[in-house]
Amino acid sequence: MAEAQTQPRRPIESGTPDPFPHMHPTLRRNFGLWKYHDRPRPGVLHHVSHTGEEVWTVRAGTQRQMDLATIRSLCDIADEYADGYIRFTIRSNAEISVADESKVEPLIKALQQAGFPVGGTGPSVTMISHTQGWLHCDIPATDASGVVKALMDELHEEFINERMPNRVHITTSCCQINCGGQGDIAINIQHTKPPKIQHDQVANICERPSVVARCPVAAIRPAVVNGKPSLEVDESKCVACGACFPPCPPMQINDPEHSKLAIWVGGNHSNARGVPSFHKMVVAGLPNNPPRWPEVAEQVKKILYTYRDNARDYERVGEWIERIGWVRFFEMTGLPFTKHHIENWHGSRAKLNTSAHLRF
Amino acid sequence: MANKTYDTPKLDELESGPWPSFVTGLKRLAADKPMIAGVLGQLEQSYTDRKGYWKGGTVGVYGYGGGIIPRFTELKDADGEPQFPEAQEFHTMRFIPPAGMHYSTQTLRDICDMWEKHGSGLIALHGQTGDIMLQGTTADQVQECFDEFNEYGFDLGGAGPAVRTGMSCVGAARCEHSCCNEQKIHRMLINNFLDDMHRPSLPYKFKFKVSGCANDCMNAIERSDFAVIGTWRDAIEVDQSEVQAFVARKGRQYTIDNVITRCPSGALSLTDDDQLEIDNSSCVRCMHCINVMTKALSPGQERGVAILVGGKRTLRIGDLFGSVVVPFLPLRNHEDYERLLEIAQEVVDFFAENALEHERVGEMIERIGLPNFLEAVGLEVDPNMIREPRSISYVRMDDWDEQAEKWHQRQQESAAS
Repeated sequence: MAEAQTQPRRPIESGTPDPFPHMHPTLRRNFGLWKYHDRPRPGVLHHVSHTGEEVWTVRAGTQRQMDLATIRSLCDIADEYADGYIRFTIRSNAEISVADESKVEPLIKALQQAGFPVGGTGPSVTMISHTQGWLHCDIPATDASGVVKALMDELHEEFINERMPNRVHITTSCCQINCGGQGDIAINIQHTKPPKIQHDQVANICERPSVVARCPVAAIRPAVVNGKPSLEVDESKCVACGACFPPCPPMQINDPEHSKLAIWVGGNHSNARGVPSFHKMVVAGLPNNPPRWPEVAEQVKKILYTYRDNARDYERVGEWIERIGWVRFFEMTGLPFTKHHIENWHGSRAKLNTSAHLRF
Repeated sequence: MANKTYDTPKLDELESGPWPSFVTGLKRLAADKPMIAGVLGQLEQSYTDRKGYWKGGTVGVYGYGGGIIPRFTELKDADGEPQFPEAQEFHTMRFIPPAGMHYSTQTLRDICDMWEKHGSGLIALHGQTGDIMLQGTTADQVQECFDEFNEYGFDLGGAGPAVRTGMSCVGAARCEHSCCNEQKIHRMLINNFLDDMHRPSLPYKFKFKVSGCANDCMNAIERSDFAVIGTWRDAIEVDQSEVQAFVARKGRQYTIDNVITRCPSGALSLTDDDQLEIDNSSCVRCMHCINVMTKALSPGQERGVAILVGGKRTLRIGDLFGSVVVPFLPLRNHEDYERLLEIAQEVVDFFAENALEHERVGEMIERIGLPNFLEAVGLEVDPNMIREPRSISYVRMDDWDEQAEKWHQRQQESAAS
């Protein structure tokens, strides 16, 4: 052991690899020269270059957490149809590009036969961006891959078709840190009770000042419990955000019964038309009910289809609600409006209605 | 001897349905990889108890302080023995993918082969910050695995209070909206800060993301501390014959409802002979009309980037968007790229020295005010940085004349250049 460690290998700090050797030759040749694109069918993008070259990209959904056989089957397909190149999107869709239009249909069939749904382009519900959940995270109140699998089964038809008013980005997050990102519809778990403290462990594990500093509402203070240094929480101040748990695991925030799912709407990262927007909470208190989370799926579909049936072309979920107003949104979806919908955090008064603009 | 497997009645339910199932993949792996069999057992337990059972720890490779996410099981029996001993350890290694997430299948196959040798075989493409997540290995495999991937050409990404792995959109490789060389910017920024990525020593995480236009496919404004967004400064390029073809195909009503009146700043108008008139000085470069009329409209020719600083989600003061600190930076030559890098360096340095522990750059700016931040990093104020000027009168303005003079001088300089 000692001999082997005398000359440890120094890492090569190469950083982000150059993408050009990994790019389909048609993309490489036409880098920066693309002229326009259209979508011949759901799941296919067609790009035309100023050089006259064309490329068809077939987009397929994946399960994100992939085993070797799944990745190798994508590689087999890319080798057979697309000269051995593939790329992935921010939402874990696989994209395979071909320069020959006659290969598009066979490529679609090969992907479908291998179990990859083709779609996710244009006004569709594309793959849900998600987090790690019970599979790998150390602070999750729910799963991620499982929730997404269950929901994408329900929304499969909306992935393979383009029949929404505009694109719909759905995200899930298994705690309020919200690694899943902003969504037109976001499904995030919400703790509803203060942390339960294992006082005998706090002193051994937690750096108390940094835990105190993390609390956004100053509800945590040092205390001596049973003669040992620990922490205490002013439960009337606590917002159950869970920020104390990562630096101090003895402050258990997850709770099988009281961690509930909430649905948020209207998040949009694009600047097209309006400016980017954060998602807003519309329904909470849904049970964390594996393996298929049916109560969540039901509410998501209710919101999604109310949007589909009522929004105008190009309106994202948030833009649709902005036009019809929140009064009408709650009316149309039948969701209850409560005091918890009214912001009471930093800058909250900017979100109140300070006009006589009223809707009935 | 066949590997031990565990019953997973709840997870089994996730094998039906049209979407590809990660459970089926995990089961395939479990046939050869006892670790995954144990993970399935533990995950089933989570589905039953509605609780997570992983805890963190410290696992690393020589020379680096971050990049590996350690996980140890918390599911122990009364004697303190792990309930699923095969999955006692289940560490993730974060590797940085090629910019734009392009892969040759040869590379993907090599990654698979290396990970089959050193790890569980489970790979997430990709994590939310863009990393290739090689999920599931043991501490004694980590160094050897890293060495092999590293010699092959892959480097570990960021974790903890560090510069994180960056992201850029497909950009110029396959998008006509691209206003800059996203991959070049992405690699230049990230590869300049590798020390801050590999040896975490910042107050908190710092993310770079690059989108080639205002559609911001990388979600940079909401999800990164330093968002680089491609844009242009001159007029939108219009092919009027394609405008007429669009109107002929889709109709006047459709064009008016979906293009003209959807312009957020009212900069568009359709003439009686179906020509598109654009008031470019009112255009906010939102991309909508270009998105809809892909053949007729393109971004202008004088292209560059805008920089928005301070985006983040929730913890700790609530959600923040990045806000404009550089409205336009042309990227015509080497000096322009150097300037972009210099701005990034100033921002990271100031953040490193002045943010409180666990404070993101956006929160720091909220605490000290944007004018102080701009002065500290050497950027000039610009009306593009605000939605509207001050409405609160509580402010010291005894250097008003000096500040006004600065503005006039800059106006004169830019008029002269």
